[in-house]
Amino acid sequence: MNVTVTVNGKAHTRDVEPRTLLVHFLREDLGLTGTHVGCDTSQCGACTVHLNGEAVKSCTVLAVQAGGMEVTTIEGIGTAAELHPLQTGFWEKHGLQCGFCTPGMIMSAAELLRHDPDPSEETIRHHLEGNYCRCTGYHNIVFAVQHAAAAMRERQAGQAADD
Amino acid sequence: MYPANFDYHRASSVQEALAMMAENPDLKVIAGGHSLLPAMRLRLAQPPALLDVFGLEELRGIRREGDVFVVGAMTTHAQVLRSELPLFPEVAHEVGDPMVRNRGTIGGSLAHADPSADYPAAALALGVEFVIRGPGGERTVPADEMFVGMFESAVGLGELLTHIRIPASVRGSAYEKFKHPASHYAIAGVAVVRHADGEIRAAYTGAGERAERLPLLEERLNAGQPAGEGLVDAANLLGDRFASPEYRAHLVDVLAGRAAARV
Repeated sequence: MNVTVTVNGKAHTRDVEPRTLLVHFLREDLGLTGTHVGCDTSQCGACTVHLNGEAVKSCTVLAVQAGGMEVTTIEGIGTAAELHPLQTGFWEKHGLQCGFCTPGMIMSAAELLRHDPDPSEETIRHHLEGNYCRCTGYHNIVFAVQHAAAAMRERQAGQAADD
Repeated sequence: MYPANFDYHRASSVQEALAMMAENPDLKVIAGGHSLLPAMRLRLAQPPALLDVFGLEELRGIRREGDVFVVGAMTTHAQVLRSELPLFPEVAHEVGDPMVRNRGTIGGSLAHADPSADYPAAALALGVEFVIRGPGGERTVPADEMFVGMFESAVGLGELLTHIRIPASVRGSAYEKFKHPASHYAIAGVAVVRHADGEIRAAYTGAGERAERLPLLEERLNAGQPAGEGLVDAANLLGDRFASPEYRAHLVDVLAGRAAARV
């Protein structure tokens, strides 16, 4: 059946089987391979994207369910020239080793920072409960999110001062 | 992994959903899909056709009607978490993780009747009522009659759980859970509620084939005694590679003591 999904600001229409998962639609139909498939059991969070602004596991949403909705993937939050503060944070604080979980970590953390610009370590750890990392041990991921939060607060303060 | 193929239908109203179900008994209702889709991917479930009710705005949100909150079945766990409902926000905090809570719904979870889900214990302890619509009209099912068996609720073929009626004011409530570290489902969970009239009700989930009240705990707490031990008989509980029935019985005692101390 035909489905139209707006991904990173651009509308895409494709003919898909109803069983097509949103993550496969993104990766295989649209070629957006930044969103990863980790566990296949709705637990690891590597496939996290934003659906109408909310973080969801794209392996547990059908592409047809996303019809008419807006999706933001890791490709849509920053550019190589201007990284998202979370991308900079993971780089600066060495928040990754293999990098497989990183897109999901960033998309999940982005939702946290939208609601809580200055989260505690405990809040960050609890919020990332649905994102599994099998190499860093999470410490540097927490530092990366804190680094990004501070940068985003600074940017906001700068913008407020400009106004 | 891909699920087996199926036909997909989306309902634009409750009325239309009921009409579609009456016409096609093969339709399986999907809400947030966070229990059904994982089961379909593992091919544990292979429904020939899905009826998507997630987008039904008439089933979303929480409103107060006097002494009760009326909660739409498609209200997400994230919305429940941020609400003023008694006990349910604390329980929603324990459901899955933030992404699961953005998509999973209170009605979907309760109708699915997973024996390890968190909400059923809260529903039983709070004494909520379930509003179910079907071809014969609307009926109200008390919490004590909702959880029939493993993955089996009182919502019948061709019926749709539309609302949950929750008492608005209670004197105290608590939910204590021992969760599986990977799935975050309850290996055991206990909810205790002190109602407006002073009566204490309690229930457990995760440990048996379905969530159930804890009559012995209620009797002791209502008599002003401590929770004590031996609240459930291990012979009636589940055992698997995660926890034996005896261990689950022990967990229910421990969690009941902790929850009782908070109400």
